[in-house]
Amino acid sequence: MRLLEFQAKELFREYGINLLDSKSSTNIEEGRKHAKELGYPFVIKIQVPVGGRGKAGGIQKCQNDDEFEIKYPQVMDLTIKGEKARAILLEKMADIKKELYLSLFLNRSKRCYTIIASAEGGIEIESVKNQIIKEVGLGEVSDEIARQVAKEMELEGKPADGFVDTLKKLSKLTIEKEAELAEINPLAIMQDDTIMALDGKFVTDDNSNFRHEELEKYQEKTEIEERAEKSGFSLVELDGDIAVVGNGAGLVMSTLDMLSDNGGKPACFLDVGGGATTESVYEALTLISKISRVKGILVNLYGGIVKTTVVAEAFLKAYENNLIDLPVFSRLKGTESEKAKEMLQGSRTKIYDSVEEAINAAVMEVKK
Amino acid sequence: MTDIFGLLKGKPEDSDYEKKGVIVQGITGAYGSLHAKNMMAYGTNIVAGVTPGKGGQRFEDKVPIYNTMQEAVNATNAKISIIYVPAKFFLSAAKEALESGIKLLVAIPEHVPIRDTMEALELANQKGAVIIGPNTPGIMIPELIKVGIMPPMPFKAGKIAVLSKSGTLLYEISDALTKAGFGQSITIGIGGDPINGTRLIDAYEMVKDISDLEGMVVVGEIGGDSEEILAQRIIDSGFNKPTVAYIAGRAAPKEKRMGHAGAIVMGTYGSAESKISMFNKANIPVAKRPAEVPVLLAGKMRKSD
Repeated sequence: MRLLEFQAKELFREYGINLLDSKSSTNIEEGRKHAKELGYPFVIKIQVPVGGRGKAGGIQKCQNDDEFEIKYPQVMDLTIKGEKARAILLEKMADIKKELYLSLFLNRSKRCYTIIASAEGGIEIESVKNQIIKEVGLGEVSDEIARQVAKEMELEGKPADGFVDTLKKLSKLTIEKEAELAEINPLAIMQDDTIMALDGKFVTDDNSNFRHEELEKYQEKTEIEERAEKSGFSLVELDGDIAVVGNGAGLVMSTLDMLSDNGGKPACFLDVGGGATTESVYEALTLISKISRVKGILVNLYGGIVKTTVVAEAFLKAYENNLIDLPVFSRLKGTESEKAKEMLQGSRTKIYDSVEEAINAAVMEVKK
Repeated sequence: MTDIFGLLKGKPEDSDYEKKGVIVQGITGAYGSLHAKNMMAYGTNIVAGVTPGKGGQRFEDKVPIYNTMQEAVNATNAKISIIYVPAKFFLSAAKEALESGIKLLVAIPEHVPIRDTMEALELANQKGAVIIGPNTPGIMIPELIKVGIMPPMPFKAGKIAVLSKSGTLLYEISDALTKAGFGQSITIGIGGDPINGTRLIDAYEMVKDISDLEGMVVVGEIGGDSEEILAQRIIDSGFNKPTVAYIAGRAAPKEKRMGHAGAIVMGTYGSAESKISMFNKANIPVAKRPAEVPVLLAGKMRKSD
């Protein structure tokens, strides 16, 4: 899971990484209380699980009560890359000498953790210059390696010591929580030469969640996502109007791509997993019925040994129970497809021989 | 370099040539038993199953079940095993297999923690063993041996190697290849996890020197950089067999995990654009749709004639 900034900072604090004073709230009453406790000036930061907050106006300086009353609701109402505010973080302003970049990530092809650091931080990693990249194995970063990175960044004296300390703590945190990415950008050298984490990004391995009860409180799931997980489905909500359902992550992604190529806008990615049964397809339709923006459903099942009649039954049952009233465009690869087509005659579900045909029909229908 | 055909088929002088024994770990579970039957029906020589506490019984009145991998290996001398256990128990099952002398381990479970995969891999390296997966459909030489969960229909014996991160896309694209007259010499499921026991580049090394190989198809998806690294290796090694790629996830939003644990774009790391541009650099056409793969492959073959 991807933690929000304030959540990442809770972990940073626990591991002794230096931070500015900050408080997170979810409504303005709570925010007002925090404003008093912190004292002006401070920064209002939107908490969303995506980057690019500054550019979108999600980070605002605040000097007094009047500004606070205007800016807090403004920031709270922003939607950034489709993501609404989860919380608002108020953070004291900092007197910064220099901004650095530091991250540790799981290097998938090298199968080890890798440090990326730069003396020129504060901008998106893609634009960070003079990156120092060091593969560090699976264990914690040693003092020696941390010193070496600091040296390559041309840090000396107190800032170098602070950097080494921060890197080692970040590495301990990354390994203990089984993270795929831990990023501090910017990592700042303050006027007094101390090192502080001004931002935080932390992505953990979802498959290790069962070993990390302490992280459960950060788990963010909509009701639909929760139900999907219970059924063993993977579901990603998107902002279009055609729900995309299939079996297998690759196949559903591929369907999403083809739909987008043809001018369609996916409303969700829903992978029902390996085999398709009447029950699983019915449950998938149930979940989709809860997404109000959906105007049509595109189904792409590569059955293999699946009987398409079994899937057709789920569609019929869904209409019969008034679960859905939407047109379904489906491509069902499997056995008994002629019989399935017959079963669905007169219903709002159409079966197509190829996914391309199903997509074209779905896009046409939704544009109507 | 791993002699994958040696492991799966053996040598003509071997007494068990083309019927190498396979052990199924978790053979009495719902999933394990279903696929054990399917593999047997396909012609895979399942020689033993392992389920703690069920030692002494027989699977389908035929295959002996043992309590431990050590017993199963001692009794059968098998070098291949396939794991169907819940993700939480994968690491202990994998360790048991590797400690018992298994040389080819096919790891089916999805949702194995990365740290567990890494630990299993470290042991596999020490033991000189290969892990396929986790989160893989498995590996097969069509019409000869299947160690995995793939349905049989899409596949036909032939001379094209197919390497795929995705299961259903492997079936879909192999089906399209078969219908276009391109049978497969071997298909290797890389798996959809961030860390793969056999990476695309490793799978490429396994297949690139097949003597009668006529072409290769790479089915990738967003996440990580294994496609990019493969493309670079293909350029560096001067591989000249007709090769076509497909990449799923062009329309996926950034920083969202698309079903597979590994299918996530972080910044530009793992983006479809990056993979497609590297394949283009390697002169490998990238299909926009699965159905386009055989068309592009036929085109490449005409050019290389």
